Amino acid sequence: MYSEKVMDHFQNPRNVGELEDPSGVGTVGNAKCGDIMRMYLDIDEQGVIQKATFKTFGCGAAVATSSMATELVKGKTVEEALEVTNRAVKEALDGLPPVKVHCSLLAEEAIHAALWDYAQKAGITIPGLQPPVEDIEELEPEEE
Amino acid sequence: MKDIVYMDHAATTRMRPEAVEAMLPYFTEEYGNASALYSLGQQAKQALEEARSVLAKTICAGSGEIYFTAGGSESDNWAIRGAAEACAGKGRHIITTKIEHHAVLHTCNDLEKQGYDVTYLDVDKDGLVSVDDVAKAIREDTVLISVMFANNEIGTIEPIRQIGRLAREKGILFHTDAVQAYGHLPIDVEEMKIDLLSASGHKFGGPKGVGFLYIRKGVKIRSLIRGGAQERNRRAGTENLPGIVGMAKAAELAVAEMEERSRREAKLRDHMIERLENEIPYVRLNGHRTQRLANNVNMSFQFVEGESMLILLDSKKICASSGSACTSGSLDPSHVLLAIGLPHEIAHGSLRLTLGEETTMEQADYTVDCVKEIVARLRAMSPLYEDFLKENKKMQRYG
Repeated sequence: MYSEKVMDHFQNPRNVGELEDPSGVGTVGNAKCGDIMRMYLDIDEQGVIQKATFKTFGCGAAVATSSMATELVKGKTVEEALEVTNRAVKEALDGLPPVKVHCSLLAEEAIHAALWDYAQKAGITIPGLQPPVEDIEELEPEEE
Repeated sequence: MKDIVYMDHAATTRMRPEAVEAMLPYFTEEYGNASALYSLGQQAKQALEEARSVLAKTICAGSGEIYFTAGGSESDNWAIRGAAEACAGKGRHIITTKIEHHAVLHTCNDLEKQGYDVTYLDVDKDGLVSVDDVAKAIREDTVLISVMFANNEIGTIEPIRQIGRLAREKGILFHTDAVQAYGHLPIDVEEMKIDLLSASGHKFGGPKGVGFLYIRKGVKIRSLIRGGAQERNRRAGTENLPGIVGMAKAAELAVAEMEERSRREAKLRDHMIERLENEIPYVRLNGHRTQRLANNVNMSFQFVEGESMLILLDSKKICASSGSACTSGSLDPSHVLLAIGLPHEIAHGSLRLTLGEETTMEQADYTVDCVKEIVARLRAMSPLYEDFLKENKKMQRYG
């Protein structure tokens, strides 16, 4: 059902845990639907993401997409991190079963929520960044 | 542990070697069609009737009251739709429960679309149906009551005898989905006043794709499968003789060894429940503690999600199941866990372990050890657990 990459990122998740004094934290999803993702970012003065970690309550795909999302944003600038879409996460994991595509949406949204928190704290505006949505079900996956 | 630790006997069972052995001649030697006139056909017919008689005895029924089907789902569909349609002139109200198998629920949903009225009874926190609630739901136009013998997810055993007596007094047909109970609990259709009973071969060491429906003598239900005159004109289609012979053999053995096996399984079950409850914090047993199938362990582990547990258990060669949404392919967790009042997030963290005759104490302990390790590992990456620890507030505990 899952690709080898998904299984690898689920069984050996990268960047699990909390960050002390993170530049930004974002939590998305809700326990009712069975997925909650929280992403922590450490962003330096140049706007480069130095560290990205996560905690996730959810299925194998939710954990794997969180893990992959943190890998993908690490070392990127804030602007570049905005380009990490659900599709990019999904492709980096060699695909997801159709019923699990919403997990990749959640990962994208977690990145955005953490960046939003960072922008709020730093008092800056990140062009193109929308405030996080309450309900992930409102989001539509990016078309193939 | 090198071999697979199979903890999903409620899903299906490994076939009994004796049942496989019994089936084999009917594929290549005794392959005749039981409807044929020549002796090869008549021998098949004889085997068919012997199997019917063996099965009838296991539930104190007459041979003529057993009808072979393609499994539990067909039996449920047939019993409910067949009875509803046969009784439509008398009334169009059906009483069932919120925790039935989908084979029952979806058939009832379909009937609703066709103008039938269905009452889905609530259950209590242990999954028990109240006989009083059944009595109160009965109306002038009630024609069928369908309550499962034992629940497939949480193992709770329903008060079938009392409901049967009530239905008989009121002259209402009583169906029970006994797919999880048959071969595991003693069943006497006479004493329990059961009119229709569904069973499935692969839940007690028999083959898949075969089951039966008990229809009490004199009860009229419409046929679902039309065609030839098999099964006394009530269920068409050439009989799955190897399957039927295998099911009968498995049933004979399952019933003969039931008492001893149940005692063994219940001991392992209670040992596992005790260890899980004592060694893992924030857990909850789902289903009734004592009025429960001997082989069923169902627990919810707060702050973790079921599918993750299953994948990690699989990597330890343990086969289990969960009522989480992610394992059902929908966003909602199991309807049974919601019906017993679990909040969604607790239902998502459920784990069902169902034991069998081959389950050993060593396997039971190994499974508990693995669950313990996996729950700790998943909690360490759970934002819910993090919040719980940080806020140090008394989150509502379900246990």
